[in-house]
Amino acid sequence: MAEENWRERLRTWLAEHPPPPEAHTDVAAAQRYQAQLHDAGYAGLTWPKEWGGQGLGAVEAQAFAEESAAADLPTRPFMIGMGMTGPTLVDLGTPEQKRRYLPPLLRGEEIWCQLFSEPGAGSDVASLRTRAVREPDGSWVLSGQKVWTSNAQWADVAAVLARTDPDKPKHGGITMFVLDMRQPGVTVRPLVDMTGHAPFNEVYLDEARVPADGVLGEVDGGWRAATTMLGHERVSISGMRQRRGRGVTSAALTELAQRRDVAGDPLVRDRLADLYAHERVLELFTDRMRQETAAGVPVGARGSVGKLAGALLAHRGVEVAGHVAGADAVAWEVSDDGEGPGDDLALGIASAPAASIAGGTNEIQRSIIGERVLGLPREPAADRDRPFRDAPTGEVDRAAGSHV
Amino acid sequence: MQLVPTSEQDELRSAVRALLDKQAPRAVRATVDDGAGYDRDLWRRLGTELGVLGLAVPEELGGAGAGHVERAILAEELGRALLPSPFLGSAVLATDLLVGLDDRSGLLGALGSGERMAAVAGVLGPAGDVSVSGGGLRGSAGPVVDATDADDLLVVVDGVVHHLDATGPGVVRTPLRSLDPTRRHARVDLDGAAATRLGSLDSDALQRVRDLATVAIAAEQTGVMGAAVDRTVAYVSDRVQFGRVIGSYQAVKHGCADMYASTEQAVSAVRAAAWAADHDPDALPLPAAVARVFVGPAAFAVTNSMVQYHGGIGYTWEHDAHLFYKRAKSDELLSGPPGAARARLAELMKV
Repeated sequence: MAEENWRERLRTWLAEHPPPPEAHTDVAAAQRYQAQLHDAGYAGLTWPKEWGGQGLGAVEAQAFAEESAAADLPTRPFMIGMGMTGPTLVDLGTPEQKRRYLPPLLRGEEIWCQLFSEPGAGSDVASLRTRAVREPDGSWVLSGQKVWTSNAQWADVAAVLARTDPDKPKHGGITMFVLDMRQPGVTVRPLVDMTGHAPFNEVYLDEARVPADGVLGEVDGGWRAATTMLGHERVSISGMRQRRGRGVTSAALTELAQRRDVAGDPLVRDRLADLYAHERVLELFTDRMRQETAAGVPVGARGSVGKLAGALLAHRGVEVAGHVAGADAVAWEVSDDGEGPGDDLALGIASAPAASIAGGTNEIQRSIIGERVLGLPREPAADRDRPFRDAPTGEVDRAAGSHV
Repeated sequence: MQLVPTSEQDELRSAVRALLDKQAPRAVRATVDDGAGYDRDLWRRLGTELGVLGLAVPEELGGAGAGHVERAILAEELGRALLPSPFLGSAVLATDLLVGLDDRSGLLGALGSGERMAAVAGVLGPAGDVSVSGGGLRGSAGPVVDATDADDLLVVVDGVVHHLDATGPGVVRTPLRSLDPTRRHARVDLDGAAATRLGSLDSDALQRVRDLATVAIAAEQTGVMGAAVDRTVAYVSDRVQFGRVIGSYQAVKHGCADMYASTEQAVSAVRAAAWAADHDPDALPLPAAVARVFVGPAAFAVTNSMVQYHGGIGYTWEHDAHLFYKRAKSDELLSGPPGAARARLAELMKV
C-alpha cells in the first residue's frame, strides 16, 4: 500500500515537525516553516515536478488535507499562492513564468495576492476600471484602485486584472498581469474588517510597471484567466476550515457547553447535533468532490455548492453559539495574558459574514449553480455586448435617475 | 471511504431506472387514485429479472452478496420513482432481521425473488403491546409499514423474532389512512395467532437493523430530492410569466440552487453511511445518525420548494409534486420526531 506508507511518513513528519506557535503571528516564521515543508516534499503535491511540485495525485492531496487538519499549519500567507494564483500559473503560465514564480511560491519565499475587486467592481468583477496601457517597448503601465486584497500587506507578487481595451465589451478587454508589488507605483493601505483585524487591504496602483513578459494568459484574454482562478478559489475556500471561525464549531461549542454545565440541556444538545451533522456532511461533500476529481470528473461550477454550504454553516455556528453561551458571549473578563474566554466566540460571531461575502457572495454562488450547473437562463445584463466605455455605470444611473 | 460509484454501480442504477421509468408512473397512479395494492408483478420483476431485492444479503444466505452501497442505489431509484412497494418492510426491515438471525428457513429467498412480501412490527415506529401467550401472539401493533400487502409478518417481542402467516387465523390487518398515499400501513391485531420463533437478537443487533433502515430511508430520500430538483428545474425552464421563463428570476433560480446544494450534500452523507454499513460496521451508528439528521429536514425543504416553484399546479392532486412532498415528510417522521434523531446524534457525539 504505497498510499498508506506515504500517509504514515507524513503523519510521522508532522508529529516530529509541528509548526512553531509564533508562525501564526510572525510571517517570517511561517515562511521558514513553509520552506521546511517543501524540503520534506509536502508542498505543491499535485503540481508538476519540473516546477518544484511533487507530481502526486488527488489521493495524496486528500491524505494531506486530512492529516494536516489537526496540525494547524500556518498556511494563511500562502493561501492565495497555493490555492489560486499558483494553480492558474500551472494552467496558463508560460514555461518561463512557471520557472520564475512557482518554486519560490511553493517554498514560501514569495507571497502572492490577487488584485481583482475594485470599489466599483465587486460581484461584477468584469466591470473593473483599472487601466493598463502599453508602452512603445511592449511593457505596461497600470493605474487604478483595488480593494479587499487579502495578504497584500505581505505580498511580493500579485496577479492583477486590468482593462487593456475599453472599446471591446467588458469581458473582452481585460488582461491578467503578474505585478511586482515591491515598486514605487504600488501603495498598500490596511483595511480594518468588522472583527477589528486587518486581513485585507486597499491597493493603489499609480503608474505601476509590468514588463512585456508579465502577461498571464493572453492580452484581452484576462477573463478566461480570471474564471480559471476563481474556480480554484472556490475549491480552495470550501476545503478550508477558517481559523477565525473556530470558536463557533460544534467541537468548540460542545466543549463550551460542558464547561458551562449546559450540555444536559435538550435544546443545547439538539442544536449541537444539528451543527455537527451539517459540518460533517459538508466535509463528506468536499471529500466526494476530491474523489471525483481524482477519478477524472471535473468539479467545475459544483464547487459553488461547497462555498455556499460553508457560508451557511458559519452562520449556523453563530446561531448555535447563542444557545450554548448565552450572555457569556456578550461580555467577559480579560486575564493578564490579554486573552478572555469570549474572544474566540466573538471572533467567530463577527467573522461569519466574511464566509458569505468573500470569494463571491452567496447570491453569486446561487446564480452560478443555477446557471452553470442547472442550466437556467442567465441574468439579463445591461452592459453585455457593447463597448465597455459605453456601458452604464452607477454614476450614470444615479445622474439619470434610472437604469439604462 | 469510497464516495464515488463504480461503473458496476452505475450500471445497476441504469438498469433499475430503465425499468421504473417504464413501469412506475402507472403503478403510482393505480395506488394513489384507485387505492390499488403494491404491484406484485413489478416487484417480482425487480426480484427475478433484475435480482435487486437481495443486494445486501450474503451469498451463503441466497442473496446477491453485493452490499448496502448497492441497496442504497436501489432505494434512491425507488424514491425517485415514488414506487408504491414493500421495499422498506420486505427488502429492508424483514431482510435485515433475517440476515441478522442467519436465517436459513427459505424466507430470505422468497423475499429476494419478490415472490413473497413481508412486514415487520416492533423495530421501527411504536412498539405496540404484543406479548407471547401460550403458543401464540396476542396484542396490537401499528402503524406497521407495508403490512397491508404482506404475506409474512415478523413481530419482534423482547428481542425474539416471531414469524407469522399474515393471512392466517388470529391475524387481523386494518389498513390505515396515511399522509403519503404511495406507502401503505396497517394496524395489526393478533389474537392468539400461531407463530414460529426464528431466534433472538440482542440490542446491538437490533440497533444495527435500525441503523441499516435509517440508511435505506435516507437513500430513498435522496432519490426523492434528485427527482424534485430535476422536475422543478424542467418546469421553471419552461413556464413563462412576465415575458420570461420563471427560472430566469433570481428568487426562483436561487431557490433551485439551494435545492440542488442540499441534494448534493445529502447524497454525500448517504454514500458515507452506506459505505460504513459495508466496510466499517462498528462505526455505522454515527454516519447513519448524521445522515438522518441532515437528510430528513433537507428532503422535506426540497420538496416543499418543488411545490412552491410549481405554483398552483403544484398544489393539485393531479400533479405529482404533492406525492414527493408527502413522501419526504413521511420518511422524515417514520422513525420518530426529528428531535429524537438529533438527541441520538448528540448521544453518539458524547455531548
